[in-house]
Amino acid sequence: MEQRITVEITKRDKPELKKEEKQDRAPSGVSSNAISCTKCGTPIDLKDLEKNWFCCPQCDFHMPLSARKRIELLVDPGSFSEFGEKWTSTDPLNFFDLKSYQDRINDIRAETGVKEAMICGRATISDHPVVLCFMDFAFMGGSMGCVVGEKFVRAVDIAIEERRPLIVFTTSGGARMQEGILSLMQMAKTTCAVQRLETEKIPYISVLANPTTGGVLASFALQADVILAEPEALICFTGPRVIKQTIGKELPEGFGKAEFCLSHGQLDMIVSRKELRKVLTLYIDLLEGAVQCEYEEPEPAFRGLPKRGGKIIRGIREIKKVAFDAWRSLGRHGS
Amino acid sequence: MPGVHLDGMVAKIYKQIRELLSRTSPQKEAWRTVKLARHPKRPQTLDYIEKLFPRFNELKGDRRYGEDPAIVGGFAEFEHRTIMAIGHQKGKDTKDKIFRNFGMPNPEGYRKAVRLMRVAERYGLPIVTFIDTPGAYPGLEAEERGQGEAIAYCLGTMASLNVPTVAVLIGEGGSGGALALGLADRVLMLRNAFYSVISPEGCAAILWKDAKQATLAAEALKLTSEDLLRFRVIDEIIDEPRGGAHKHLDQVVRNLSGALSRHLQELEVLSTAELKKQRFAKYENMGREYINGLEES
Repeated sequence: MEQRITVEITKRDKPELKKEEKQDRAPSGVSSNAISCTKCGTPIDLKDLEKNWFCCPQCDFHMPLSARKRIELLVDPGSFSEFGEKWTSTDPLNFFDLKSYQDRINDIRAETGVKEAMICGRATISDHPVVLCFMDFAFMGGSMGCVVGEKFVRAVDIAIEERRPLIVFTTSGGARMQEGILSLMQMAKTTCAVQRLETEKIPYISVLANPTTGGVLASFALQADVILAEPEALICFTGPRVIKQTIGKELPEGFGKAEFCLSHGQLDMIVSRKELRKVLTLYIDLLEGAVQCEYEEPEPAFRGLPKRGGKIIRGIREIKKVAFDAWRSLGRHGS
Repeated sequence: MPGVHLDGMVAKIYKQIRELLSRTSPQKEAWRTVKLARHPKRPQTLDYIEKLFPRFNELKGDRRYGEDPAIVGGFAEFEHRTIMAIGHQKGKDTKDKIFRNFGMPNPEGYRKAVRLMRVAERYGLPIVTFIDTPGAYPGLEAEERGQGEAIAYCLGTMASLNVPTVAVLIGEGGSGGALALGLADRVLMLRNAFYSVISPEGCAAILWKDAKQATLAAEALKLTSEDLLRFRVIDEIIDEPRGGAHKHLDQVVRNLSGALSRHLQELEVLSTAELKKQRFAKYENMGREYINGLEES
């Protein structure tokens, strides 16, 4: 059990966890089965943490969560079927800094068991069939390379073909430097896919987790119909460190956090992890209901709408025409 | 001077030069491009607009918050048709550069671009964009007003336009702030421009932990026009005179004008549906050939 949790929690907590793990293996060390909260420092028992949706019981800080754990917490048990799990980058730039890109990928895979920065699949949430994309910060900071872009596009294809709403969980430092210009182009690629979703009227919801920045934020994350975020998640195009460097001033308290974004009109809602399933179910329900109204059909779907000259108004074109006529005729009667 | 074999020495020196060149040239090449693209005398968007399009008239403001002089745009004429020209403008002298924030747009710049694109679309005008920016401005107010959303919105608009679009990379193509004007049906690039996901300095600071390794980063990022053509991120390279575009602007303008004319003509015969189909296919295919295991599923 502990072993599994070690894998699930992202890098930042890892050194600590490993220490605990070692102590755990010693026959006497049963009581040390805890990590401390990233924010308030309170020691939390791993079992309590898991019971509390990986939020600190003291300060409700939302601890980093792997994609796999998110799937487990969110979808109907056993309903997730993944696609694209074998897709890997061929290292188009033959990138090499202090370490080669290929080595970096291999090391992270061996270390975390995570294969790419996004896991996608079909699943049901409260019996609603959906397509889901989960980003994973443990894999190269959740950065978007060619594989992430391709998985997103495939998810869109499935959403359109099978008329399933698309739900995306983002946590990302932005584009993946090691894939150079091709990673930048994934912003264009995912944007085009979102345009197809819009044309096909497929509901699209994004949930921004800590942190969502750079190229992922400035493309598909902020192009959703409904944008939700986890409490205190860092959400900004440029990170606070770079901004501070550029403007040479201290940033206000809470800069770039989800709460800041909400008050600046950039989000719809901040949702606690415990409430997420309920909120998503609600939006899927409401949006699916909306999609079923086919405005262009001449079917008398709007029986409740006002009649004009004894005629039932059908379709959006006719509604517009009636409205325009009404506005145009305003004031004519007096002349 | 008897006893001195000059011939042998000259040959030896030439050999050394050749060796040195072959050892350092690829790295220097990428870095040389970066420096040329940022050259203080390098022609900017308004220079090209002035030479290429008579009757250009600038339109201003995003109608939401303000006017951002880091992006310029307006109606213009090109070969007897009205077009919409939009581009980053870095500024010439110190005062102008500060006024234009060194070509680093705030959200209102991108929102102005969106407004102009929609006007162009309504009148069926082709859109030509010029890209030349270190990136979107990393400022506090920019974040408050939604820099990420502004770029995402501009990208979404460019993807959905019903009119032909051509983007021209004329200098610095700095990350998302550049791409926001670059999601076009055709992307042309001047030979000494560069286009990158991150600045070489930024990349070096993160991966080499030393911004001074920018030369190495520039090479590793594969940001030159030749590289981008190979990755099929751009459609055509526009030649520059030896020493860079600033040496002979008219020559570059001639080359660019010909290419622009050709690409617009090719795009203008397409139906709206076909235009968008090709645009989506172009971008949704990007990077696909660099993924292993795709055909299995």
